[in-house]
Amino acid sequence: MGRITLDKVTKSFGDVNVIPPLDLTINDGEFVVFVGPSGCGKSTLLRLIAGLEDVTSGQIRIDGEDATDMPPAKRGLAMVFQSYALYPHMSVRKNIAFPMKMAGVPQDEQKRRIEAAAKSLNLTDYLDRRPGQLSGGQRQRVAIGRAIVREPSAFLFDEPLSNLDAALRVNMRLEISELHNALKTTMIYVTHDQVEAMTMADKIVVLRAGNIEQVGSPLELYHTPQNEFVAGFIGSPKMNLIRGAEADKHGVATIGIRPEHLAASTESGLWQGTVGVAEHLGSDTFLHVHDHGLGSEPLTVRVDGEMPVRHGDRIFLTPDESKLHRFDMQGLRA
Amino acid sequence: MATKASRAAARLMISPAVLLLLGWMIVPLSMTLYFSFLRYNLLMPGMEEFTGWTNYRFFLTDPAFTAALWNTLLLVGGVLLITTVGGTLLALLMDQPFWGQGIVRILVIAPFFVMPTVSALVWKNMFMNPVNGLFAHLAKFFGLQPYDFLAQAPLGSIIFIVSWQWLPFATLILLTALQSLDQEQLEAAEMDGAGPLSRFFYIMVPHLARAITVVILIQTIFLLSVFAEILVTTNGGPGVASTNLTYLIYMQSLLQFDVGGGSAGGVVAIILANIVAIFLMRMIGKNLEA
Ligand SMILES: Nc1ncnc2c1ncn2[C@@H]1O[C@H](COP(=O)(O)OP(=O)(O)O)[C@@H](O)[C@H]1O
Ligand SMILES: [Mg+2]
Repeated sequence: MGRITLDKVTKSFGDVNVIPPLDLTINDGEFVVFVGPSGCGKSTLLRLIAGLEDVTSGQIRIDGEDATDMPPAKRGLAMVFQSYALYPHMSVRKNIAFPMKMAGVPQDEQKRRIEAAAKSLNLTDYLDRRPGQLSGGQRQRVAIGRAIVREPSAFLFDEPLSNLDAALRVNMRLEISELHNALKTTMIYVTHDQVEAMTMADKIVVLRAGNIEQVGSPLELYHTPQNEFVAGFIGSPKMNLIRGAEADKHGVATIGIRPEHLAASTESGLWQGTVGVAEHLGSDTFLHVHDHGLGSEPLTVRVDGEMPVRHGDRIFLTPDESKLHRFDMQGLRA
Repeated sequence: MATKASRAAARLMISPAVLLLLGWMIVPLSMTLYFSFLRYNLLMPGMEEFTGWTNYRFFLTDPAFTAALWNTLLLVGGVLLITTVGGTLLALLMDQPFWGQGIVRILVIAPFFVMPTVSALVWKNMFMNPVNGLFAHLAKFFGLQPYDFLAQAPLGSIIFIVSWQWLPFATLILLTALQSLDQEQLEAAEMDGAGPLSRFFYIMVPHLARAITVVILIQTIFLLSVFAEILVTTNGGPGVASTNLTYLIYMQSLLQFDVGGGSAGGVVAIILANIVAIFLMRMIGKNLEA
């Protein structure tokens, strides 16, 4: 079991209020991702759940039980740190065994769990090495192994992949998702990378300055962002946000259209502009269109990888009306 | 230093310093060796003659030698024990955030800047003196018999004084080491269910191993040659109860004017120091490897 409820939780460091009152429910077996820009309080929130920081007010319940004042070890949660926080003087085997040793798990049971974890994480050949002799990806796996063997009711990950190179990151992303499918344990995953959030989450919690901006499945956030911030944060490349006269035509303060919902043509269309930088990804090309008369920001548009346009060409853009997002003066979805 | 040429140049450049240091060491060492085989007493100048191993035989069979050997080991071991354990505890304490941290840290380092003679005299006259010392007053205040530290427990008192001097050094080095410990490791251990004691023994102590090794090695070098503290407090006595090797050699060569015997003692001391060094490196040297 791993149902975690936050009830009006707040956190201040001295005078600085990092988390204003916040309510959130994480259901058993869910993969929840906290996403938001750096410094918005994701780590703080995770550490509050872990018990590494005390809440300033409010209540944290784990499986219905009040855990607000429980020490970290009693909460039955396992955490994987950004720096991995492996014990450098212990072998991989001892690192993984450490939480079991502290809990007084019998030797043969320890051995069985270590071997099972090592097998599922491809660490069998490295059990007798020290963390210093492992690559970044392997260290990450050891940290995960150390979390798994405790058989926790929930896993907490704090930006676990940010120290890895891009290719490894994609791999580990898949492995963690696989792990979730295999264990079906609650996982809370913190990241500033919306791609990680979109690809891994059952439920995404978008945070800004300690506030929850929106909670929902990846596709909910993609299709119906509740405000401008979420609209701009979720999706890659970012949604085009247009203010002024063009938005007035729709009777709102801001309209948003994703790059993939703009049709580009060299002959005709609703808006026109000049092609700036073209980013070729092979399958797709992202064009930055300037001088479109809709605002100072360039518009981003996704076109087919083969579209023959060059820097400085004229281009016509037509938004897909049904995919248009409308936001009012407060930035809320209209 | 990659190419052959640059390596050769480096050797050439460094050689004057190496030669100077070599000479600096070789000349006194060989003179000591030479004197140790002479019958050479300053009271009988011009009577020097080669005596073979006699000086060594006298020095090694002197009952004072065995006593001095044990005293040296006790002194070194005792001070090491007190300073590493005490230093670790003090460092743990000072690593906690508290008001006036900066001042307290400076105060803790202060004893290190006091000269050995001065600190030994202060301890002897102001604290341990059985009539005027602070401890004597304290004892009388509680209606107890004053204790004559330097007469009843001469070696223990000296161990205490020397520990007081070296505690700051150990504390400082261990504190810096403690501050370099990754906080996330401690938090990970906390989440893994390790209580304060387990965190100390499984995470902090292994992290401190290298710093403790440095403290032990450096202190051993200096503690083998403790002298001033003995000279100003007990003069090695009563009897030879607080005489270490350094002090024994001093008595031999300067109080008895026996340069030959003193030199032989010096050579023995060098050999013993090297044995201690080899033991130490065997035992804890591996902590220094990266
Ligand atoms: N121990 C602390 N003391 C004071 N301020 C802190 C502390 N930890 C975090 N903060 C502040 O709280 C805010 C949120 O930090 P954090 O949760 O680490 O953000 P994120 O993980 O989303 O990047 C930041 O502005 C940070 O400066
Ligand atoms: Mg963070």
